[in-house]
Amino acid sequence: MVQTTFLQPASWPEALEARAANPDAVPVAGGTDVLVEVNFGRLHPSGLLDLGRVRELRTWGREKGRVRVGAGVTYSELITQLRGDLPALATAARTVGSPPIRNRGTLGGNLGTASPAGDCHPVLLACGAEVEVASSRVSRTVPADEFFVGPKRNALGADELISGVWIPRATGPQSFSKVGTRNAMVIAVCSLALALHPDSGRVGTGIGSAGPVPLRAREAEAFLEGHLAERGAWESKRPLEEAVVDRFAELVSQAAAPIDDVRGSLRYRRHALRVLARRSLGWCWNDYREAAR
Amino acid sequence: MTALDTVVAGGRVGERATRLDGYPKVTGQFAYASDLHRDGMLFGATLRSPVASARIRSLDLSGVAGSPGVAAVLVAADVPGKNRFGLNFDDQPVLADTVVRYQGEPVAVVAASSPARAWDAVGRIVLELEPLPGVFDMEEALADGAHRVQEVGNVLRHVHIERGDTRSAGADVWVEGYYETAMQDQAALGPEAGLAVPAEDGGVDLYVATQWLHADREQIAPCLDLPDEKVRLHLAGVGGAFGSREDIHMQIHACMLALRTGRPVKLSYGREESFHGHVHRHPARIWMRHGATRDGRLVAVEARLLFDGGAYASSSPAVLGNAATFAAGPYDVPHVRIDGTVVYTNNPPCGAMRGFGAPQVCFGHEAQMDKLARALGIDPVDLRLRNALEPGLSLPSGQVLTGSAPVREVIARCAALPMPDAEPLEGRGAFGYPGGTGNVTRGEGIKRGVGFAVGFKNIAYSEGFDDAGSARVTVRLEGDEPVAEIHTAAVEMGQGLYTLLAQIVRTELDIDRVVVRQADTAARNTGSTSASRQSMMSGGAVQMACAQVRAALFERARSQAGAGAGNHELSVGRGWVNAGGHPLARVADLLDEPVSREAVYHHRRTGTFDDKGQGDVHVCFAFAAERAVVDVDEDLGLVRVVQVAAAIDAGRVLNPLGMSGQVEGGTAQGLGLALMEEVQLSDGAIRNASFTDYLIPTIADMPPVVSAAVEDPEPGVPYGAKGVGESPTIVATAAIVAALRDATGRELNRAPVSPDELAGLRPPAATQGPPPCPDVPGQDPVPLYFQSGSGQQRLM
Repeated sequence: MVQTTFLQPASWPEALEARAANPDAVPVAGGTDVLVEVNFGRLHPSGLLDLGRVRELRTWGREKGRVRVGAGVTYSELITQLRGDLPALATAARTVGSPPIRNRGTLGGNLGTASPAGDCHPVLLACGAEVEVASSRVSRTVPADEFFVGPKRNALGADELISGVWIPRATGPQSFSKVGTRNAMVIAVCSLALALHPDSGRVGTGIGSAGPVPLRAREAEAFLEGHLAERGAWESKRPLEEAVVDRFAELVSQAAAPIDDVRGSLRYRRHALRVLARRSLGWCWNDYREAAR
Repeated sequence: MTALDTVVAGGRVGERATRLDGYPKVTGQFAYASDLHRDGMLFGATLRSPVASARIRSLDLSGVAGSPGVAAVLVAADVPGKNRFGLNFDDQPVLADTVVRYQGEPVAVVAASSPARAWDAVGRIVLELEPLPGVFDMEEALADGAHRVQEVGNVLRHVHIERGDTRSAGADVWVEGYYETAMQDQAALGPEAGLAVPAEDGGVDLYVATQWLHADREQIAPCLDLPDEKVRLHLAGVGGAFGSREDIHMQIHACMLALRTGRPVKLSYGREESFHGHVHRHPARIWMRHGATRDGRLVAVEARLLFDGGAYASSSPAVLGNAATFAAGPYDVPHVRIDGTVVYTNNPPCGAMRGFGAPQVCFGHEAQMDKLARALGIDPVDLRLRNALEPGLSLPSGQVLTGSAPVREVIARCAALPMPDAEPLEGRGAFGYPGGTGNVTRGEGIKRGVGFAVGFKNIAYSEGFDDAGSARVTVRLEGDEPVAEIHTAAVEMGQGLYTLLAQIVRTELDIDRVVVRQADTAARNTGSTSASRQSMMSGGAVQMACAQVRAALFERARSQAGAGAGNHELSVGRGWVNAGGHPLARVADLLDEPVSREAVYHHRRTGTFDDKGQGDVHVCFAFAAERAVVDVDEDLGLVRVVQVAAAIDAGRVLNPLGMSGQVEGGTAQGLGLALMEEVQLSDGAIRNASFTDYLIPTIADMPPVVSAAVEDPEPGVPYGAKGVGESPTIVATAAIVAALRDATGRELNRAPVSPDELAGLRPPAATQGPPPCPDVPGQDPVPLYFQSGSGQQRLM
């Protein structure tokens, strides 16, 4: 019989101390992943570190061009409070589970689980977010595209907890799209985030559920950045040629590393990403052109 | 124990009566079987086979000995009576003894002081298995030299129906098709659960969520080596069933543990275990040829059906009998040849699920009718109307439709229901597009399609079963008010039966206060809550019992009034027995002693198949038509069902509110099979035994359902009412996939349709042609020819 120690720190310093003293305890925020795993008998934690009482994690705020979102901010809060600053993240949060799940589940929990199908991850990649992690000794930030190190594995040290995420506020159009075989409450078959950054001329992408970790389509980003810069398209805001959209979509599709599983086929995932990339770029570029008018 | 006696509020036959269990259910106050509790109870857990086909080499329990809190570990040798049970044949072990035949088959059970301790003990049992070859494909099961799943071979039943001669049918046009439907899970939201309490007489009281208390007992008692009267079943709160609770799951295990430990034992499955703990809808392969004259007269149907029954018989033989008799659809066809086989494989056992063999063949025959319409250049609805069955015509099995058969009416009414309002392609909001909240389209790739399907099904049990209904109605005084109590063994599983029975009592006796007692085996057997039969069978018994109660009240009124009653006809109303319309005696004044009457209602007798598959095998039929409108994202292969229109043959509507619930719920389950529901298997192992990966429709997937009831009373049946629990499910899958074909122009011959197929990434399901028919002794289930005992039949 496994005995589970239940730890419930009341503050962030207490949480970090508890983490340091109990490196085997599994951190729990909303519990929407951890408790499912426990119920399925796939996780037998010797300890649970409940972060639900840590108020510091529940806040968010703007700082210069960025938003710092506390790890304990729920999906529901992302949807209702951050739609303006972080539109793609709000859209992604809206695709998570059902209302009760969105009321419990948190951004930090999504990162802690680090599932390749985590709905927020593609947006964090596309936006160039940084994950803030801390131990009782030190605090550091990890770029989102270095945070996911394997299927359900992240860069968190044994004594570290996720404190928050720094996300640049949207300066241009963004989108998030998720394909699932039912119209709500579904784990992604694949997903794609796209963020245009007109101020820096950058293009951000994030692919979900089509590889061992959430992925950036770096070649697609570079191709489109190059094309837009070369043609002065950011300034001229002219329509994109069909061939450019197709090429971008192809590069996004190629960047994925999907597999066949119970949720979908490898072939479908590559195909769907191509479709999503084409549509997303169309919407974002169109929004960019419209916004300028 | 939570009393399940239910006082049902308001409503007579034909009125929109609300369900009294509705409020407790949505507010979390209803006690489901999983909520059962007794002080000092133990918790059971089950060791199941991790593989689909193996010989048990050894079972080492030494690791469990002395584990804290463990009260008992039982294996096959501990089964007190015979170690076999089953609905149609007792071919299934209570606990596997020599071999395991499917993944998840129970091997040992444990009782301990907590669920965690019980599961911990299960984990300490060492089960050593020697792999055996397995059969995981229903066509391979028929091949020479295939591994024999059961001693009788792999053919569980073959039904052959032949009428006329399809080769000389005079068809001008033939269309051919191959169709597949997947294994569907009933996905009842309440997993299997029950509580067994040992009794002082050496017997046991079992509180359980089931569909048929008496059939459970009939299977449980011989395994416990107890006489029936020492095995008392009480209905616990049922969280949906849809066929999944017709078979035994935890019942015998819990009773064995309770009898061994002398303590109450609760067994309650989780979701994953539930997928292994009950039967599923049969996957099917269907080959069909339809021949018609140029003017649209259907003259020939050839059908070859193959159903995967899995490792044990369950109710597969009856499912196949249904599928075979309905394979040509609700059409008048002079020349028919139907061959249906259900085989044993090492896949999970399949059995009853809403529709019981009809949804699979409906998927086939309706696709064929659309093909035929295209080949003939005739409107598909019109082609169906031209060939519709009607009273006086007969099924391919020769059964003449003597009752209500409003096939044309359901088709015409459905086709005339309003189409959805036109919508702009852009700006619809998330739920206006395929992909819903996923935000994958703003109108790109959208194609609309419309599909139509007609289908039908038998009501009550067939092929000679006399599944009578039975009920006791007691009228007594509470204070100064007459109260009617209904006591039956009928199972309310969320479909609204108890509300309906109370409506009948109120209508027949004009008594407002009606109490439905908790169902148990102290009441007479009233058959299963399945086969759309309880409105008719238990409803009929309640109506008859009411008539007898009324007669008894009249007798008391006459003797009290003496000559005052005269020769007037008596009636009951507003609390009085009236003579010729004038008050004669207050009902309350006649109840110094309660009046209690029990009645048994039999449907008309049916027969069996002869060697040409001819026979009057079904009691009566319910028909349904649905039209589906869909939007398909052709690029992503995603779907939004925009609207379903349904015309349902109800005989007579007893509760319009209950009826809409059945039509919408039944349609949702059919939608699930059309678009997403599939138990995925790999070498017999379920790959998606969770609601994370086995998807059922959410409210975001459900369209508005516009429905119309066709009321053409069934003669000789209480109120002329037909059950409507199954018919919407049967047609929904076929109608939705037809709409997808219309939208995409693709063949889509497999349900559920995958996004890959809709997007053109995967070809249609392929076949090398129908397998040859197996050599069998006759139309009966094969184990019968080997003198296997029969199950339910003994109850009748």
